[in-house]
Amino acid sequence: MPGLLVADSLKAYYFTKRAVVRAVDGVSLEAEDGSVLAVVGESGSGKSTLGVALAGLVKPPLRIAGGSVYFKGRDIYAMGDEELRSIRAVGLAIVPQFAMDALNPTARVRDLIRDIIASHRDSLPIDEEDVYRRAQERALQIGLPKWVLDRYSVELSGGMRQRVTILLSTLLNPEVLILDEPTSALDVVVQRLVIQYLQDLMAERAVKSMVFITHDIATARQIATEMAVMYAGQIVERGPAESVIGSPLHPYTKGLMSAIVEPGASIKRAKLEGLSGEPPDMANPPKGCRFYPRCRYRMPICEREEPPEAEVGGIKVKCWLYAGKT
Amino acid sequence: MIYRAEGLTKVFSTGFLRTVKIRALDDVGFEVEEGEVLSIVGESGSGKSTLLRVLLKAIPPTSGEVEYRGRPLRSWKPLEYWREVQAVLQDPYSSFNPFYPIDRILYKTLEKYRPELPEAERVKAVSEALEAVGLSARDVVGKYPHQFSGGQLQRISIARALLVRPKVLLADEVVSMIDASLRVSVLNVLHDIREKMGMTMLFVTHDMGLASYIGDKVLVLYKGQAVEYGPAESIFSKPLHPYTQMLLASVPRVKERWRERVTSVTIEFSLAGSGCPFADRCPYATEACRTIRPKRIEAEKNHYVACHLYG
Repeated sequence: MPGLLVADSLKAYYFTKRAVVRAVDGVSLEAEDGSVLAVVGESGSGKSTLGVALAGLVKPPLRIAGGSVYFKGRDIYAMGDEELRSIRAVGLAIVPQFAMDALNPTARVRDLIRDIIASHRDSLPIDEEDVYRRAQERALQIGLPKWVLDRYSVELSGGMRQRVTILLSTLLNPEVLILDEPTSALDVVVQRLVIQYLQDLMAERAVKSMVFITHDIATARQIATEMAVMYAGQIVERGPAESVIGSPLHPYTKGLMSAIVEPGASIKRAKLEGLSGEPPDMANPPKGCRFYPRCRYRMPICEREEPPEAEVGGIKVKCWLYAGKT
Repeated sequence: MIYRAEGLTKVFSTGFLRTVKIRALDDVGFEVEEGEVLSIVGESGSGKSTLLRVLLKAIPPTSGEVEYRGRPLRSWKPLEYWREVQAVLQDPYSSFNPFYPIDRILYKTLEKYRPELPEAERVKAVSEALEAVGLSARDVVGKYPHQFSGGQLQRISIARALLVRPKVLLADEVVSMIDASLRVSVLNVLHDIREKMGMTMLFVTHDMGLASYIGDKVLVLYKGQAVEYGPAESIFSKPLHPYTQMLLASVPRVKERWRERVTSVTIEFSLAGSGCPFADRCPYATEACRTIRPKRIEAEKNHYVACHLYG
């Protein structure tokens, strides 16, 4: 069965006067019913652009330069504005990064909920009382006090605003939810609550599938069933989260894993390996494999040709080390 | 002894007629020996940044005492103190003026703190400091801040601090804005200046993993109070305070998934009452916790905790 949300060779570029920045450059992935796909990447990897492109929210200078996104089998970039709007919030919703800073400061949280109800009343039956009750229950689940509904966003802390955006985007139970760094402003104790809340939504089937975009592989691990590792606009490794974490194949994923510092670690015992070098300029990425300048296993072919995606033990990996080994 | 702090308290007045008092630091004490690294760990609102500002002489404490090398901090003249104590701050992008080549601040630093150094030796000092952080003068001199990644900028910030040849480095969330793959280069620089130069460091962070990795000792702050303090090994293998335990249980580990559910608590910002600051969230709280502030006791060797469970 194909995924609820499918990207096929998706390319999303920023066309500026000076350069074309190939932020998302040939990404294929699937968010399946019942699964949480974590997209893990660092700043500049293109992961936030990917989130926006998957949600159909592309605006100039960003343009789709190739490939497609299918929501339940329908190409969202072939849809009219009206059709796309009708699936927002109930079909395909996104919590963009920094959404918490974009909450209308002159509206109370309650007013924002009213707006959401109003904009979807035509397309689906909504019991207003039901939605407010749900909002209150869910607010408590993520550690927000009841009175939060009666506050203006400017009265709330960054952590509270971030949870309000999560609350608002999940209110109408979208089938597919894309979350971009949803816990970046939260302390670890509250972060754990939010992850648990998202897991509950999945377990109750309130949300059928999630794309969880993050820089933090350990947080991703807590909720992901599938994992995709993004580097320089491309997915370099994807597969079941267990496998990618347990036995990563791509040298970049291995490097990321070796850079993790957890409680109990000590500088006196071990210096970190991590990765050397810097990520590439996306206006002018390396020709062959985009990771080769930083790769400790690089071979002559890596510099010349882009590696194909090989499948090894359930993991799809874009690396010459594994090409032809399927 | 480099630092000895006792009863350190900072009260900010705010609200209508400045009648609301916020105790950003409340009776905090610790000691740092020469060559030691102290991790100061806490979440937002814990007072960790306030503590750092006090130690930088940016703000005076309301009460309590900090001694630096046996003399009260307030008796040190700012320039004299900063010649020995340098800081590296969280945001590398705002630490540099975007309109000037990046080496300008390196030379300005030398002019200010080491004016006796002859012209000819300045270039050498700059390239040595850059080398110590794994960069070469050739790659840095004449370039502008936007030409560097966050990791490189943060290493240049450390190089700037090293130029002063300080005894102490105060580091405030120095890697929190830097990507994982570039973070390692900064941490390894800290490793080297700790091992090779024997630098004393105070490392402020919200990240328990980093606190553990860097620190010989750890001070855990909650709502301005020191709830636990002791050797890093002891704290991370056997955390005593229920707050430290909760924090550690909430840190996601890459190799394991959380199994148990957590109960939701609405954490409202409250002004600390007379009791334990953690009482309203603590699973073990009793009536005494809400009314009587726990004293700091030595529950294990050199390992202190302020909690009624232990005495």
